[in-house]
Amino acid sequence: MITKENVKHITKLARIGLTSKEIGKMQKELSAIFDYIGQLKEVDVSEVQPTTHSIILENVMREDKGQASKNAKRLIDAVPEREKEFVKVKSILS
Amino acid sequence: MTQFLNLTIPKIHEKLLKREFSAIELTKSYLERIKKKNKDIFAFITISEDLALLQAKKADELIAKSKKVPILAGIPMGIKDNILIKDVKCTAGSKILENYIAPYDAAVIEKLKSHGAVFLGKTNLDEFAMGGSCERSAFGPTKNPYDLSRVPGGSSGGSAAAVSSDMCVCALGSDTGGSIRQPASFCGVIGMKPTYGTVSRYGLIAFASSLDQIGPITKTSEDAKIVLEAIAGKDNKDSTSIVINKKLQVKNYNLQNLRIGVPKEYFEGGIDTEVERIIKKAIGRFEELGAKVKEISLPHTKYALPVYYIISPSEASANLARFDGVRYGMSKVKSQKSKVKSLLDAYLQIRGEGFGEEVRRRIMLGTYALSAGYYDAYYLRAQKVRTLIKQDFDKAFQKVDVILTPTSPTPAFKIGEKITDPLTMYLADIFTIAVNLAGVPSLSLPVGRAGDLPVGIQIIGKPLDDYEILDIAQAFEQKYENS
Repeated sequence: MITKENVKHITKLARIGLTSKEIGKMQKELSAIFDYIGQLKEVDVSEVQPTTHSIILENVMREDKGQASKNAKRLIDAVPEREKEFVKVKSILS
Repeated sequence: MTQFLNLTIPKIHEKLLKREFSAIELTKSYLERIKKKNKDIFAFITISEDLALLQAKKADELIAKSKKVPILAGIPMGIKDNILIKDVKCTAGSKILENYIAPYDAAVIEKLKSHGAVFLGKTNLDEFAMGGSCERSAFGPTKNPYDLSRVPGGSSGGSAAAVSSDMCVCALGSDTGGSIRQPASFCGVIGMKPTYGTVSRYGLIAFASSLDQIGPITKTSEDAKIVLEAIAGKDNKDSTSIVINKKLQVKNYNLQNLRIGVPKEYFEGGIDTEVERIIKKAIGRFEELGAKVKEISLPHTKYALPVYYIISPSEASANLARFDGVRYGMSKVKSQKSKVKSLLDAYLQIRGEGFGEEVRRRIMLGTYALSAGYYDAYYLRAQKVRTLIKQDFDKAFQKVDVILTPTSPTPAFKIGEKITDPLTMYLADIFTIAVNLAGVPSLSLPVGRAGDLPVGIQIIGKPLDDYEILDIAQAFEQKYENS
């Protein structure tokens, strides 16, 4: 059972601001979805290895070498608030 | 303008080379059709007219001077709006990216550009590809061209509706749990999800990275093969990309002795009776063509949906952390709930308002499943059951060459019918999800109509058998084209 307190805690972790009405709705919906997901408990997985990717992959290595980006100007231009080349953010410590 | 209706890629190529029409004329006729039809269907979010005309002009120049013209040169395409085209708006169907201009080309776009393809515009989708109906787009729903009161399916509903209503020759979609195949089934077109890794995901706005795959939506299997050949391949910018055996196009693939498995779990309850009748008739036709059909079992089928709704939201919660309003996208909220004093306030408000209901729900779901104390119970367990689902397919493919199932348990449903209950909507993808978890290739082929509504059959292949399942679909198509 997911409580309203659980939901409030998760909104902070997920950085999603919800109104108290939205939190109530989310609590009901998430509870129903996790009830449904609960059927996974009946599967015996004691001898099973987890799958992260369906295709077996070896670690892919490459040389750690810097490359010039052709897109630097476009990337900076996409920043909503900036000063010269710097990205502007609200104060982090309050 | 009837000469520009319902053309396939090889036909257009032939006519362009014979100078029956130019790429510019062709592109203009498609742009006109979009202008006429898009008001009702809303398949396109953005129409990239200037780019399309420029690309068409280049294609004509190539045809004028070159002896070797790529088959995709001058072909008007639609591109799902979660795939980046440099200098074109890319919204992912979300308010948070409403004004985002893509700074670079996705790997698939770079490849299609090198083949001379023409991009007519960006097609509608459920926000961040999360949904099965296209109703979750922040810019309004796409309508099904067969019945405007119904959904086109999702999330690549814009691409499927655009191909179906001939607003483009072919399109790209992306498929995380059925998002290419289910809308293809609803709109009566071919939709294919390649083997995981076949197509580079670089420049696809990530939803669930271990499941996402780009693929073609087309009018014929041959067209799908042509598009797949153009976009497939190893890419250094996507370390999960692989090389698949490229079998050159087999004309007249022989279905004689093809071993087909039909999993009994896909016919147990919850399936529309008309859909069941059409699928069984199609399976019978494969038998008539010489295939050997037998019943098989994929015993963990019923767990695919719950596994998916742990794994995909978990991956999504991490992937969507990048949308913070700091580096790009929406940076100010419209309704100031409270004064934004700190960076944390800004995050909470931008993400609370910028993401739609379904996206917020999935991020919350994934964050909860990955949070301290729950990881083993949810995420790790889901990954283990994923192994069992994959093993079901491995075992089945020791006995059969392909697996046939319905693509969706129902034909296209009414707009508004499933939107209020998230679980009901999730169940619409029940037949397509296991394929993504196992990573195998699969396509939806139209095989009949339930009333006026198209119904597709799903052909699932062994890993790397992408061209084989397209050959099989083509062999079936050639035999039963007009039925």
